[in-house]
Formats: sequence, structure tokens, C-alpha cells
Amino acid sequence: MNAMFIDVQVDAAVAADTALAKKLTEVCPVNIFAQEKDGRLRVVEENLDECVLCELCIQAAPAGSVRVIKLYEQ
Amino acid sequence: MSILIHRDATFIVQGITGREAVNLTRECLDYGSKIVGGVTPGRAGRDVYGVPVHDCVRDITAKTHVDGSVVTVPPRFTRDAVFEAIEAGVKLLVIVTERIPRGEVAQMVELARLRGARIIGPNCLGILSPEEAKMGGLGGPAVNVRRAFRKGPIGVMSRSGGMTTEICNTLSAAGLGQSTAVSIGGDAIIGSSYAELMPLFEADPETKAIVIYSEPGGRMEAELADWVRENRSRLPIVAFMAGRFMDEMPGMRFGHAGTIVEGKADTTADKIERMKAAGISVAERIEDIPALVKERL
Amino acid sequence: MRFYEYEAKALFARHGAPLLRGRLAHTAAEAKTIAAEIGGAVVLKSQVLTGGRMKAGGVKFADTPEQAETAATAILELEINGQKPRGVLVEQRAGVAQEYFAAVTWDGRRKLPVLVFSDMGGIDIEEVAETHPEHVAQVHLSTLVPFSPFKAKEAVAAVGVTGDDLTRLTPIVASLVEVFLRYDLTLAEINPLGKTTDGRFLVLDGHVDLEAEARDKHAKLLTELGIGKEETRQARPPTRFEIRGAEVDASDHRGVAGNVVEFDGDLGLVIGAGGGSLTLFDAIRKHGGRPANYCEIGGNPSVKKACELTKLILSKPGVKKIAVMMNVVSNTRVDIVARGVIKGCVESGRDPADTIAIFRIPGAWEDDGFKILGKYRVEYCDRTVSMFEAARRAVAKMQAA
Repeated sequence: MNAMFIDVQVDAAVAADTALAKKLTEVCPVNIFAQEKDGRLRVVEENLDECVLCELCIQAAPAGSVRVIKLYEQ
Repeated sequence: MSILIHRDATFIVQGITGREAVNLTRECLDYGSKIVGGVTPGRAGRDVYGVPVHDCVRDITAKTHVDGSVVTVPPRFTRDAVFEAIEAGVKLLVIVTERIPRGEVAQMVELARLRGARIIGPNCLGILSPEEAKMGGLGGPAVNVRRAFRKGPIGVMSRSGGMTTEICNTLSAAGLGQSTAVSIGGDAIIGSSYAELMPLFEADPETKAIVIYSEPGGRMEAELADWVRENRSRLPIVAFMAGRFMDEMPGMRFGHAGTIVEGKADTTADKIERMKAAGISVAERIEDIPALVKERL
Repeated sequence: MRFYEYEAKALFARHGAPLLRGRLAHTAAEAKTIAAEIGGAVVLKSQVLTGGRMKAGGVKFADTPEQAETAATAILELEINGQKPRGVLVEQRAGVAQEYFAAVTWDGRRKLPVLVFSDMGGIDIEEVAETHPEHVAQVHLSTLVPFSPFKAKEAVAAVGVTGDDLTRLTPIVASLVEVFLRYDLTLAEINPLGKTTDGRFLVLDGHVDLEAEARDKHAKLLTELGIGKEETRQARPPTRFEIRGAEVDASDHRGVAGNVVEFDGDLGLVIGAGGGSLTLFDAIRKHGGRPANYCEIGGNPSVKKACELTKLILSKPGVKKIAVMMNVVSNTRVDIVARGVIKGCVESGRDPADTIAIFRIPGAWEDDGFKILGKYRVEYCDRTVSMFEAARRAVAKMQAA
């Protein structure tokens, strides 16, 4: 099932940055980020609704490049 | 005034680098509590929200006066951590950890008695004196604490951590603030029972009435009833008794480890009868508590 | 967790307590063989975890192996308080001259173990303590100072036992204390502790309760006694629904969604935490509601856990609605629970607005939680609505549906 409450959008440039991708997988406490075999960032759909809104991913990436969207506010 | 803690009381957190301990440390600091150090063996030199981490309790007590310790380490290490703090001269231990076998709890209590220390818990959320200090996770983040707790004349003691907040919130909404709220713990054997904390409230001029939350299991309510009668307490007490459905279900465990009906004395019916006989008011609903308190203030 | 009599006796025997000859039989044929091995009169006892065994016909006597077989057949078929026996204990029958009582348990008030000894065994000890207090001795034990057998001697002597009886009873009672302390028991009892007509002392019946918290610590002992990890040894065996509830709780380490207990009503409950659940369950019943289950959520469970618990409760036949209620929360988050239960409804093919009778969890992250609930048109209330009133609204909705 798709996420019902939270969506996370990542700029293509961030997703392609393997060092940043690694950092994002490390900071997220609920494993919303993973790395593909080639190191690119993948957003783990099934974990999106577990997001605790800690904003650690937003702080870890360049301003505005990672966005956490509360679907229930739309 | 308050009991057990006050705004200048200093304490440490044992197991400070654990997930729940980190939260609790931040909450207490935000509320203005004085945390003077933390202990996690092997992690000396680190810090948690500015609180220095040490290997041993003595590393802290050697340099600073320490009034108390919040112990939040895994069950199999808890006895050792508590012994360490008591032997380092700490006089107030709040044990957050749950699922400690009662034989080990009894050992901690026995050592505390020998050394003149007091234990709150285990399986508790700690102590909170509104506008003074918060020692433990009780009430959660400072912003939530301020919503539910207010300073005032009611002493609160509860076998449930969550219900401590619910009751204080109800009291606060009715204009009845709290002197100190104590989450005393949900286990069969705990460091401080209602009756053992009563003399402290009795000696606190600010406290004018007591509210307790109780459950099936154990003899703590009977002990309180006896204490009230034998000591001619000046403090009116209002009790709320949860888990009345359990009277019909002997041998089943609900709620907390200490909550089980094994004999007649464990039932809510028996406890309510004993408390009423000792002059303790028993509220049928949480929202009835403020009126019952005001009646007797 | 309670032990069966045969397990309790096996534990006592490992520490030197004298037992009658005998062992557990699972079939009547086995009982016959054991009776033949023992030779002579035997007693056959149903192995159940409940009292009232004698009255229910769960204890029988036999003089021959054939009689033992017949008695065992009857016992093995007999349910006592809804419990099928684990087996039948076949033991030599002894001529008993006097019965004693010895037990160690916890005194919650003094917070110490207490050894209780009486020379009036076999009957209800609390009654003896009331009617014949001079026949009941109580000796408190330290948990720090190592136990020494003189404590057992003092307890036995205190009821007036002396001579050879005192010196023979003391080591038996002392070993009972050692077992209690060593294995984190909450009860170790020999009752009756019999004195035979030829002057020997024997464990005639035994009770042992091990603290649930100490199970892991004593895993080796439990394995040796043949007690399986899956055995909860509660007052009644767990239902399938309860076992699945435990699986939901174990599936994810984040938070608690546990202690699911099945009831036969139609209103599902997603409630917490420990004390809050007790309060809310009472409130639902007081308003005439019929709960389908009891449970405790707390410690900030994951969305997945709250979702799976909701799905489990909704899967129970006859559950039309659920009530989601807790005391004012500080650690558990309102928004996370709201997400979990709404997701659980949707994944069960139900409309959250119609399925959730009421959502009453005020506290941490309530602003986000209430937004989520609003979006899905779920009726919710904040801290100005009491737990009792929320329960009333849930029951009223059930009755109107």
C-alpha cells in the first residue's frame, strides 16, 4: 500500500550524490532512505508513514533539497 | 515547598546514552532540572545535551554534590547500577527500568535501608514538582508538562505513570495545582509505597490534600489505610481505583506486573472497603476527584 | 508462572527434598506400568494448574495396577475448571501420621521473603493463621545476608516442634528456602509436608510459582524440567487471538502493543497504557459496553504496530467498531497512533470515520494527530473530554449502530 500520511521528495542531484545518500540513510531513525547497489538514494515507500518528523534528513541535506510533506495537510 | 526534589536539587542519569535516557535528559533540562552528570560505562568524555558522561558514579560524586539518580539501564544491569549509586552516597534513586525480578528489587531496597537512601520505582516515570523540577520522564517534554501540571496544594501518588499525568491534568483544569506528583511504580515490590511517602507530604506545609491512583494486587492500599488511622493524618485523601473488572478474573495479569488478583485482599472491592473505613474518599470517575478534594480542603 | 505438581517436586528433589516413589504418566497404560513398578497401594493425581482437584475427583487411590489403570483413565478424561490435565502423577501411598505446612513467599509490605511454617498442614493456611495463630510461624529473610539454615530451625521450633522431628524437618525447610531464593520464585510451598507412621518426612504436594520476569534468567532450568517457551502458564491458556496479539507485539521492537486479552463483546479496544487501559476498560463496562478485547499500547509504538493491532482486532468476528483511547500521553505520540489505526482500518477495507467510534488520545503531537483524524473525518476529542465521557460516547455509538 502507498503512503497515506507522509511523502518525502528528494532533488535528483541529492539522490545521485552517493556520499549524501549514505548520510541520509544514517540519520533517518525509521529507515526511509536506502542506497541502491550503485550508491544512488532510494526512498523506501513502505516506511514513509513511519516518519517521526524529526527533520534530521532536512538538516543533513542542502537547504530545500529534501522535503517532508504532510499529506494530511493537503 | 515540595517533597523529594526542589529547584536546586542535583541529580545524575545512569544509562544516559540510551535512547529513552537521552529523551528524558533533554526533557528534564528543558524543565530546568539540574542534571550534573551521566554515567554509561566506557563512554566517558562524551556529552548528552551538554551533560558530561562518566564511567563511574564516583567520578561525579567526587567533584559535585549529587542528591539523586535516575536509573534507566537494562533490567539485568539495574541492581548493579543502583548499588553503585547507593555506595557512592546518593540518597534518592528513581528506577525507571521495568521487568526486574522482585528478588533483585528487594536487595536494592534492603541496601537502601541500610544506607539511609530512598528508592522510587522501579517501573515508574519519576517525580515532578511543578515550577521546581522534574526527575524522570513523567509528563514528557517540558511543553507538555506545563499543559498538564500546575503548582499548588495537592500531593499525587500513582501506581501508573500515564495516569499520574491524566490525574494532574484533571486537577489543574479544576484549579487544583500539585505540590509534588510521584509515579511510585507498577511492580509488586517498590521502593516507596503510599504509606512510606505520606510522612513527607505530612511534613510539607504546602501540601493540603492527597490524591492517589490505585489498582488491584498487593497490600499497599491496606497499608495506607492503616497508616492514616494510626497517624491521625491531617491530610484528606481521595483515591481512584482502576481495574475493577479484574475482581472477576483471578490469576490474570493486566496493566502492570504488580496488578493481579490472587486472594481476596488483592481485589478492588476489598481495597475500597478498607480505604473508606479509614476515611479515604474513593472517586468513581477521574473527573469526580477535584470536587471530592475541594469538599475536604 | 505456575509449575505443575510433578515439576515442583522434581525441582525440590534436585535440592534434596525427600519424595515418594513415582512419576508422571501420560496414558492409563503408562500409569498401570508405574503402579506395578512401585508395587502396592498408589495414589493418582491429576496434573492441572488449578485448585480444587480433590473435590473435582482428580485424585484417586488404587491397590493394584489394574485399579490404577482404571483410575488413570477417569482422571485423564476429567476437565477441572476448564483445564485438561497434563498427565497423571502416580505415586506410592504412604501412611501419614501428621501433616505440616512450609512455604516461602514475598511480603510486599516488608519487601522481604517470608518463611511460613505450621504444624497444621493440609488445610487453608490463612484460616489456620486466623484461628490458631500459635500454630503458624513467620520468619522474614534477608536478601543481602546469605541464608543460613538456623532461620528454618527457628521457624519450625516456633510452633513447638522439638527432638528428632526438629532436626529432620530443618534441612527440608532450609532447602525450600534455598530453592525459592535461587530461582527467583514468588512461591515455593510444600503442603502437606507429611510425617509417615514410621517417622519419615516426605513432600506430599508442592507448589511453585516462578516470576515471569525471571524466565530468561532460568531458561536452563525450565528446559531441564521440560517447560516449553510457548507455555504462558497464565490462569487460562491463551486463545489464538491472544497468540496473534503477542506476535504483533513481538514483530517490531518499537513501543508496546501488547497484553491482548480476548473477550466476547463487539466493541474493539485500542487502549493504553497500563493504568489507562484498566481505567478505560472499567469505563466501557460501566456504560454497558461489551469489549471484544483488552490491550495496552504505550511506549510510542510504530505506525506499523498500531496498524497491525487494529487489523487484528477488526479481524475478530462480530467486531463492528473500535474505540481508540488513552490517558494524556507524553511519550506515546498522538499522530503516530492516529496514523496506525486509520491505516489499519483502511487496510481492513473499512472506512475509518465509520469504524472508529471515538479517538481520545490527548498529549504529545496532538495538533498533528487531530489534523490527521480531521482529514479522515474520525470523531476525536481532546483533554477536556474525560476518559469516562469518551467511553460513554463510544458505547452510545455502538448501541446506535
